[in-house]
Amino acid sequence: MPEKNNTETAPDWDRIAADPDFAALKSAKRRFIIPATIFFLVYYMALPVLVGFWPELMKTEVLGKVNIAYLFALSQFLMTWIICAMYVKAAKRWDIMNEALLAKFFR
Amino acid sequence: MMFLAFVAVTLVITYFSAKKATGSTAYFAAGRSIKGWQNGLAVAGDYMSAASFLGISGAICMFGYDGFMYSVGFLVAYLTVLLLVAEPLRNAGKYTMADLLAYRLNQRPVRAMASLSTLTVSTFYMIAQMIGAGGIIKVLIGIEFVPAVIGVGVLMLVYVVFGGMLATTWVQIIKAILLMAGAFALSWMVLARSDYSLTQFFTSVSQADYAGSREAINLLTPGLQYGVTAANQWGNWDFISLALGLVLGTAGLPHILVRFYTVPDAKTARVSVVWATAIIGVFYILTTFFGFGAATILSLDQLPLAASGKPDGNMVAPILAEVLGGEMFFAFISAVAFATILAVVAGLTMSASTSFAHDFYTNVIHSGKEKTQGEEVRVARITAFVVGAVSIFLAIKLRSLNVAFLVGLAFAVAASANLPVILFSVFWKRFNTTGAVMGLVVGLASSIILIVISPSVMDPVAGKALITGDPIFPLKNPGIVSIPLGFLGAILGTLLSKRDLVAESKFAELSVRAETGLGAEKASSH
Repeated sequence: MPEKNNTETAPDWDRIAADPDFAALKSAKRRFIIPATIFFLVYYMALPVLVGFWPELMKTEVLGKVNIAYLFALSQFLMTWIICAMYVKAAKRWDIMNEALLAKFFR
Repeated sequence: MMFLAFVAVTLVITYFSAKKATGSTAYFAAGRSIKGWQNGLAVAGDYMSAASFLGISGAICMFGYDGFMYSVGFLVAYLTVLLLVAEPLRNAGKYTMADLLAYRLNQRPVRAMASLSTLTVSTFYMIAQMIGAGGIIKVLIGIEFVPAVIGVGVLMLVYVVFGGMLATTWVQIIKAILLMAGAFALSWMVLARSDYSLTQFFTSVSQADYAGSREAINLLTPGLQYGVTAANQWGNWDFISLALGLVLGTAGLPHILVRFYTVPDAKTARVSVVWATAIIGVFYILTTFFGFGAATILSLDQLPLAASGKPDGNMVAPILAEVLGGEMFFAFISAVAFATILAVVAGLTMSASTSFAHDFYTNVIHSGKEKTQGEEVRVARITAFVVGAVSIFLAIKLRSLNVAFLVGLAFAVAASANLPVILFSVFWKRFNTTGAVMGLVVGLASSIILIVISPSVMDPVAGKALITGDPIFPLKNPGIVSIPLGFLGAILGTLLSKRDLVAESKFAELSVRAETGLGAEKASSH
């Protein structure tokens, strides 16, 4: 099977870039990605900062011998999976927008 | 026995891959035919290196909570990959990270620098794995360090030179499955010691006494390695710097990035990151059991001594397997560890030689044209030989070097040099060639220089480190300084140089490519 794209003429990048639907796709992605990135970086960096500067608080045992520091570390796993799932859900929406956009130019 | 079985199976795979590995796309990107879940396993496999499996279990066993930070950081790092890097990279690139940069920028300087930083990261990472491998094989099957390293090097070269990316990927997939099975079994046996009671497990971890060979300590307490009292007054800053390097470094590791070129499209790239995140997450949660648990079961004198004369943390997982599961299980876990090293080293060689052949040879020296059909692949194979030989040589020469320090260096360079230019070229229109070169140079130089003047390399006590003298930079992990410097270098380089109107006019093309996947190379079947 030959590679399909090589046979097509080069797409008109500037026209697609100027299309309002492209701008909509781009801003839809940004609206998710930027807050999500800021959130996970802050949530993640809170761990070494809290552990480093407020060690006594983090050593507090809450569940038997399990302390806040360990629970906070475990919550990072949960946070990662939740953001991952949210991303997948949002990305399905972007795929639909993307297909609609490309359909306008390539029929 | 199990070593031989693994080697035999992988050689068969290599043989069949070799028949398919004709042409650049097939060789460098496995024909872009890898499925999402397969690539997810392969990404996970590339990631769960010897440093992860052996290193983290050792670090947790010795330093408790502070070691567990590696598990957390390595996993969260996947959000950086998923949210910021995976899709644009797959959409706009071909074989290497430099492809992404080359769309808008002046090819030659950018590719040359990107290739240099890729080779630096890969080589340091690889030397670390090989030194680890030599040590482990010596303990496990009694072969001396030098022949062991050479053996690993030669086997790895066979995979890469003959099988290309396809063989490397399948070796990685098989290993990932074996590793997960081993991790589950090991965790289960550790839990069995606590009568499958989590309460009892955590209680014994909080009074870990290494089977009576040391005073009981609470391993769940943070700060045993990086606390202000444990390290020096900079301990907590070092911990923050480590955390930052972990979360941002992964998205700049060339052997992880090249994985996204083996799948047909961005959608599959996304699926593979999700798979990898799930697998890696489960694996790192399991490190709780075989890391912390080891401290309650093993006594320190059961561990072989490392070069430093202290008990070797890298051997925690295999020795734990021997104590809990007997000779057979020990052999299995050892074989898994061996497979891990082999597979990761193969992946690293693959990414290093791809970058050299595709970026440096074809695009810098020969301005983007292959002189003869198939030349790029031939150059890659030769480079693989050279990279392999150099790493074998350096691993033997530098065998006393701390493995974690080399891995830290690789992560620091990846985060400080590679990540800023990847992000800016996709998200910042004004970004230009000077900015990219400055970002790569500053990121690469600052992380290397900071490590050379850090406590990892300089120590006032003669013989404890490479250089005798008071460390000039107080942190072992350079990330907190070198990562901002890398970004700053890229920003200042761009703003202080003339606007590059060509690069800016091509921004439209790059963002359409990156956002929509239009024009991306699709799967080719052979």
